[in-house]
Amino acid sequence: MTPHGPLAEFPRRLADIGVRVEARESPGLAPTQLIVVKATDWSRLGIEARSWGCRWVASWGEEVDAEGGATIRINTCFEHAGAYLVARTAVPRAAPVLASHTTSYPAADRPERHIRDMLGVVFSDHPDARRWTRHQAWSQSEYPLRRDFPAAGSPQARTPADHQYNFLLAQGSGVYEIPVGPVHAGIIEPGHFRFQAVGETVLKLEERLGYTHKGIEKIAEGRDVDGLARLAARVSGDSTVAHAWAACMAMEKAAGLDLPPRAVWLRALMCERERVANHVGDIGAILNDIAFAFGFYQFARLREVWQRASREAFGHRFMMDCIVPGGVAADLDPRFIATMRDEARLLGQQIGKLMAIINDLPSVADRVRGTGVLKPEYAKALGCVGYVGRASGMDFDVRRDAPYPPYDKLTFKVPVHHYGDVNARARMRLEEITASLGLIEALLSGLPPGPVRAAWTHPAAGAEGLGLVEGWRGEILSFVRFGADGRIARFFPRDPSWTTWPALELLIHDNIVPDFPVCNKSVNGSYSGQDL
Amino acid sequence: MLRILGKIQRLGIVTETRPELGEPALTEIGEQLKAHIGERFGGSLAIREVDAGSCNGCELEVQALNNPFYSIERFGVHFVASPRHADMLLVSGPVSRHMETALLRTYDAMPEPRLVIAVGECGACGGEFGISYASCGAVSNVIPVDGVIHGCPPTPLDLLRGILEAIAKRP
Repeated sequence: MTPHGPLAEFPRRLADIGVRVEARESPGLAPTQLIVVKATDWSRLGIEARSWGCRWVASWGEEVDAEGGATIRINTCFEHAGAYLVARTAVPRAAPVLASHTTSYPAADRPERHIRDMLGVVFSDHPDARRWTRHQAWSQSEYPLRRDFPAAGSPQARTPADHQYNFLLAQGSGVYEIPVGPVHAGIIEPGHFRFQAVGETVLKLEERLGYTHKGIEKIAEGRDVDGLARLAARVSGDSTVAHAWAACMAMEKAAGLDLPPRAVWLRALMCERERVANHVGDIGAILNDIAFAFGFYQFARLREVWQRASREAFGHRFMMDCIVPGGVAADLDPRFIATMRDEARLLGQQIGKLMAIINDLPSVADRVRGTGVLKPEYAKALGCVGYVGRASGMDFDVRRDAPYPPYDKLTFKVPVHHYGDVNARARMRLEEITASLGLIEALLSGLPPGPVRAAWTHPAAGAEGLGLVEGWRGEILSFVRFGADGRIARFFPRDPSWTTWPALELLIHDNIVPDFPVCNKSVNGSYSGQDL
Repeated sequence: MLRILGKIQRLGIVTETRPELGEPALTEIGEQLKAHIGERFGGSLAIREVDAGSCNGCELEVQALNNPFYSIERFGVHFVASPRHADMLLVSGPVSRHMETALLRTYDAMPEPRLVIAVGECGACGGEFGISYASCGAVSNVIPVDGVIHGCPPTPLDLLRGILEAIAKRP
């Protein structure tokens, strides 16, 4: 297949400047292009991709056998105007040194440190030598994703706190430090925030994540497809549908499996319901964080009604484990088509009435407008996706720009804002709810008949697949490689939170400490999804 | 302001008094809970929730206990920010090794007597994550546990029932 689209000429451009590029066929990745370059050209690849206008999407590594011994293969995914490209290179396991892309792409910073902690690849010119995912559960000279590292590890009787991480310190008269977490005051996930402040103004926020690291990539190895779908469904509980879909899409592409149309339409129906549930809950939580209790309880009520309806129709309040390899776990009872349509219409009306009240309150506007501004140039540099990116001008949505069934047959609006403040991110949620309610109506009206699950067939050992799905937080990338007997050899899920956590550090700058909760909630990164 | 009051009045109270989805009445469990809390905790049970490594599913359902349908505060239960104010620790798991010390410190900071409930399949037995280089598995592998609430995640009603069982069985 000859590549076409906005990145078709990119390999030739690389060749023109003297980079040896080898185009490879990989049906499980298609339509994503795959190129292989030499490790010595890795830095130039990053520079050229940036000048071509590519977004840096994700990077992951795996240990493989190659001529000349064990090798660590590094993959980096780029995107430009809806076209994806995976660049691949390899470094010897004995001396795994590679140039960093962080100098070209700030978005590569934490992902490269994750690869260093997990696989021992040294990114030679990486500007930050500190560990990221590793705390104290394994030593500096151990790498959990290497093949000789047992999943059980060799844990100490008690894993000590990671108290010697070098946070950046601000100095000067009146500067003080506020450490927060990992156990937070609310009923939320754990992580550490280190503020440097003067008075109430935040000079600098530094995040320290990794507290919920559960070894997802490692314990995925050796699972069967059903087991991987269950694990993927728990990468981030609020995105259970989207992560399960992305992982199943990757496995199905690796196996060359075609899904019955009804199965993908039902997946989309669940995914849009998940988007609505989370956005509704978050709007309430944003209002709660500006002490507007009325709004919080109203939206919490709407979310509860929505979740109960999900349970009635799909058997689970979050629709967890409803997406399975080859399709969906159960068909939708026809009686829910009418009720779900009514619920969607009713929710739209209810939100409209509430917003008429909320929009009228200057005290709400005062707290959210101009608060926590993520400048469009920062969003671009960090490759922010989802509502965080789109609130800062990053006009990208996988469903529209790299459509996968059934979105290739549906039309919907992708809202975009440019101010990048809390208000813009809250507006994004509202407008995305409206778009999703329209999609739900269209999905219910056009739901094709037929089976909801295709029979699974094991792909050959070595087969790989790439799933790309627009979850409620934004683009989810899921990579799967099969080993022998249909078992998983490698699983890498890239939650959109990897792109938005660094944005939080920038957008909080010069805001007051008491506005941190609302800024954080407006971004709502997943800890679990980034910690893996 | 008038419009807010109007909305509140028109909507009325959605807080439940009748069975939903074929489950036992929420109020029935709630009233029992309230009676036990009145008897053993002076009318007020303070809970500190700790996510010790979960996928966040359990947290969303614990949060839901505060929504107007469940309105858990009417039974005398409230969630507190500090373990020093807490009678009970609700822990969702699995306990990641990176959270092990933080969880122990939270537990140590609680005044005696302290009740611990492991929430969700992962908290109860390690769930999909089990024990590994990164995960201690069940909460009981790290701190003493008085009760477990199964479910992935447990529904708000499961949570209420589990809290009730844990305080009712305490001698």
